[in-house]
Amino acid sequence: MNLENFLIVAAIIFAIGLYGAMAKRNAITVLMSIELMFNAVNITAVAFSRYVVPQALLGNPETTADTAARFLLTGQIFSVFIITVAAAEVALGLAIVLAIFRQRSSIYVTDVAELKK
Amino acid sequence: MPEAAAWLILFLPLASFLLISIVIRPTLGSASQLAGYVTILAVGASFVLSLVALFSTVASDGHIAYPLHDWFSAGEFNFAVGILMDPLTAVMLVVVTGVSLMVQIYSIGYMHGDRGYTRYYASMSLFTMAMLGLVLANNLLQIFVFWELVGLGSYLLIGFWFDRPSAAAAAKKAFIITRFADFGLLLAILYLFFNGDTFRAADLNPFVITDIYHAIDLGIISVGVAQWVALGIFAGAMGKSAQFPLHTWLPDAMEGPTPVSALIHAATMVTAGVFLVARFFPLFEISPVAMNVVALIGGITAIFAASMGLVSNDIKRVLAYSTVSQLGYMMLALGVGAYGAAIFHLFTHAFFKALLFLGSGNVNHATGTFDMRYMGGLRKFMPWTYATFLIGSLSLSGIFPLSGFWSKDEILAHAFDSGDPVGGLVFLLALIAVFMTAFYMFRALFMTFNGDFKGGAEADPDAPTHGGGLHLGESPAVMLWPLLILAVPAVLIGFVANPLTDLGVVPIHWMSEFLHSNPALHNLHSGAPEFNKSLAAFSSAVALAGILLAYMMYQVKVISPEVVGRMFRPLYVLLSRKYYFDELYEDILVRRVFYGSVAYAFDWFDRSVVDALARLIGWFGANAGSALRQLQTGQLQTYGMAISIGILIIFGAFLFVRG
Repeated sequence: MNLENFLIVAAIIFAIGLYGAMAKRNAITVLMSIELMFNAVNITAVAFSRYVVPQALLGNPETTADTAARFLLTGQIFSVFIITVAAAEVALGLAIVLAIFRQRSSIYVTDVAELKK
Repeated sequence: MPEAAAWLILFLPLASFLLISIVIRPTLGSASQLAGYVTILAVGASFVLSLVALFSTVASDGHIAYPLHDWFSAGEFNFAVGILMDPLTAVMLVVVTGVSLMVQIYSIGYMHGDRGYTRYYASMSLFTMAMLGLVLANNLLQIFVFWELVGLGSYLLIGFWFDRPSAAAAAKKAFIITRFADFGLLLAILYLFFNGDTFRAADLNPFVITDIYHAIDLGIISVGVAQWVALGIFAGAMGKSAQFPLHTWLPDAMEGPTPVSALIHAATMVTAGVFLVARFFPLFEISPVAMNVVALIGGITAIFAASMGLVSNDIKRVLAYSTVSQLGYMMLALGVGAYGAAIFHLFTHAFFKALLFLGSGNVNHATGTFDMRYMGGLRKFMPWTYATFLIGSLSLSGIFPLSGFWSKDEILAHAFDSGDPVGGLVFLLALIAVFMTAFYMFRALFMTFNGDFKGGAEADPDAPTHGGGLHLGESPAVMLWPLLILAVPAVLIGFVANPLTDLGVVPIHWMSEFLHSNPALHNLHSGAPEFNKSLAAFSSAVALAGILLAYMMYQVKVISPEVVGRMFRPLYVLLSRKYYFDELYEDILVRRVFYGSVAYAFDWFDRSVVDALARLIGWFGANAGSALRQLQTGQLQTYGMAISIGILIIFGAFLFVRG
């Protein structure tokens, strides 16, 4: 396994997510697609953290145990944050979708064009 | 005299102006009597200091040097202010402060009860300050600043009764015409600035007047430069001194209060032009073209204005035309190189012309009108005014031995002696002017003071509102004393010229010697000419002939003015319509040429180019907006698409550029 494989998978997932977010009319599907994009980003973050950071630390003669401890898990911690934020965002998004549905009995994003006014 | 005292001459009237306008008027109201006393005190103190300046200049043979003070520098340009104290300055100081003092005292009576009493005195102080600043300046830019302030003072005072439309119009006319002429002065300053390298090479400042004199001595000013600078300066002088063809504003300026006419439009401001030419006389002297222009314009003005004075029925306008004519006389004198005679004539003229104007103010005070056709017989009612007016008229006509005789004679003698064709021509013009002057002055005198009284303001359908109608009788003492005091120099001051013989106290040719003792003028070839008895007799005979003609027409009425008027009907109409100069300027130059073509062309350019450009920009904004509005769908997914594709394009371009 190497870095490229992870990146290719992440890119594919991101592209699927992007397509879904741009093309689907159903707001739930759009939210799910956004989740996909988040997770693609998480994969890249963890992959870079695993494959790029250790090599860089090893190649640098000034690296000490302290700097190694500080930088080694950055990507992983980032993805944990993203997961948390994504959960909160989905909760909000679903609440908005529910509110819109109650108001106009539709969850098609094309019906909501209030920004035009 | 210490330098601080010299500055004080200028700053006292300024202090009076500030005191009146900042303290007295807001706190004590616009009719406060205090304003008059403050002004008189300030001008009186300036007058005393001016006398001290005159005597110390005499004592030091015209060599008083004051240091220059740097105001600011920018690159090669250095603005240094200072006082230039030479015989010319000293004489002008005495004229300005002396006449101003008399006029301020007179104004207490004349302006009594006017609503704008404090405004009047504030403006008078401002004007006196400006005129003194102009006289004292030792820097061309300093001169220019005060020159414009003088114009401002004149504007404020001509339009003093601004609720009268004719006064407001006259003030505008005076300001615009003199401002138009000042453009020439400004061009001269710019020309000097851009040709200042030779000055700077010799470590001189092209704007400092003493440095200009010095440069002329060193011979580093070429005739070409001197000629253009001199002509530009003369253009400015023509406006202020109302020389042909820019004379039209001065008769209209008589709309102002009469003391203003006496001070500004007879004795001081209008002589500023003569002063300016005299100040830069060394420049004029090295350019024959400039000298001839000055002489010819002066000569033409002298008879041109006098001829209009022959037919005017308004006593102040007669005096105004007389002033224009006499200013032409002074210019003529400068043009033929009679520097001393010109300044001497300025000096004597200031006193008797101020006297005559103040006399006409008294006449107006008594009759309520300025139209001489409704006066007559005033000699019985106001003997003192009559006596002083007679003295002024005799002096102005150049009758021996009054002061006007000496100064006029000196100018004639100079022109006669000059020997070149221009000198001969202007001598002839000057002689004609002598005849006309004597005629119109005595015409005015006879119409006003002799014969029977013809009703005054009550008979005159267009009597001005000021003056309070008809109350025949002598004016109050405060309006009489200035006349009596001014009558003394009008009679006696001519003796300082003293062309006849050495008197001990007053040596022969004292005035000319003093004026020529100016260190800048040491290469002025001609001093005062010898007194030419036959010429003096001849010019006196010419003046007497003018008086005699006036006597026959208006006193004993052997010759009827109406018959003469009918005989020369076209000429009479031409003169009384002022040669149609107002029509020429207003109808043809302003309406036809300026509004019709110049302003029309600019209007077209403004509408079809400038406005079109502005409209194009507006049109573009509006249409671009409505085009871009189509993109605003409100569909977030469309926006997201655009953002995604945009990012892809930027990223692709980035990769493409990096290769």
